[in-house]
Amino acid sequence: MHLTLALVLSALLFAAGVYGVLVRRNAVALLMAVELMLNAANLDLVAFDAWFKDRLHSGQTLALFVVVIAAAEVGVGLAIVLALFRMRDSVAVDEAIDLADRDPVRRPVEQTQ
Amino acid sequence: MTGADVVFGLLGIVCLAAALLVVTARNVIHAALWLVVCFGALAGCYLVLTAEFVAWVQVLIYIGAVVVLMLFGAMLTRAPIGRQQPLDSTNRPVAALAGLATAGILVTLVVASFKGAYVDIHHTEVGDGRVLGTAVFRYFVLAFEVASVLLLAALVGAIVLTRSDRD
Repeated sequence: MHLTLALVLSALLFAAGVYGVLVRRNAVALLMAVELMLNAANLDLVAFDAWFKDRLHSGQTLALFVVVIAAAEVGVGLAIVLALFRMRDSVAVDEAIDLADRDPVRRPVEQTQ
Repeated sequence: MTGADVVFGLLGIVCLAAALLVVTARNVIHAALWLVVCFGALAGCYLVLTAEFVAWVQVLIYIGAVVVLMLFGAMLTRAPIGRQQPLDSTNRPVAALAGLATAGILVTLVVASFKGAYVDIHHTEVGDGRVLGTAVFRYFVLAFEVASVLLLAALVGAIVLTRSDRD
C-alpha cells in the first residue's frame, strides 16, 4: 500500500489535535486532543517501520513506548485537572491565568449563556 | 490501488471523521465516546500495516484504559451536569486557521517527500508478540526499564496530586 496514505492520515489527525488543543477550554477535552496528536505520531512510527522493513522493529517498539508515556501523561494530567477543579470549581483553562504573562487585573471572563 | 489501500482508506476516513467529532462535540462524554471510534479505527490501520501487537496494545491501553480514565475525569469534574459551561473558547476562528495551516503544510510536505513510496506489506515480518517481545527485551531493554521507572513516578505523582491535604 502507498506510504503517503498513512502519512496524510497522520498529518490530518495531528491537525485535528492542534485545532482541538487551541479551541477547547475544558481541560479534559483538551487532554483528548493531545491524545489525538500522540496517536498521529504513533501512526507515522508504525508506517515507517513497515516501509523500512526494520529488522529491529524500532518503529513499533517506539510506538509501544509512546503508548506507555501517553498513559502516564493522562494519569498525571487528570490528577492536575482534578486538583484544579478542587481549587477553582471549574476546569476552564482560560480562567486559570495566574501564571500568564499579562496585566495583573483579572480579565472578566465571558459570562456563560 | 490494492485491497490494503482500500481498507486503509476506509479506516482512515472513519478515524478522521471520529477525530473531527472529538474536537467539535458539544458534550465531553460524546467526545470521549468518539475517541473510542477513532482509536478503534486506528488499531485497524495498525493491523493493515502489519503491526499486530501494537494494534492490540492500542485496543487494550487506549480504548480500555485511557478513554475510561477520560470518562472518569469528565464525570469527576461534573462535565455534563451542574453549571453548563461552553466547551469551546472564543478563539475558534484562530484555532481553525491554525489547524488548517498545520494540515496544509504537513500534507503538502509528506506528499512532496514520499510521493510513490510503497510499503510492501506482503513481504514484511508481521510484528506479533514474539517479534516485538524479542525487540523490546533484547535491543530496547534499557528503555523498557526507564519506562517502568517513569510509570512508577507518574503513579506516585498522580497519588500525591490527588491526595487531599486534610488527612
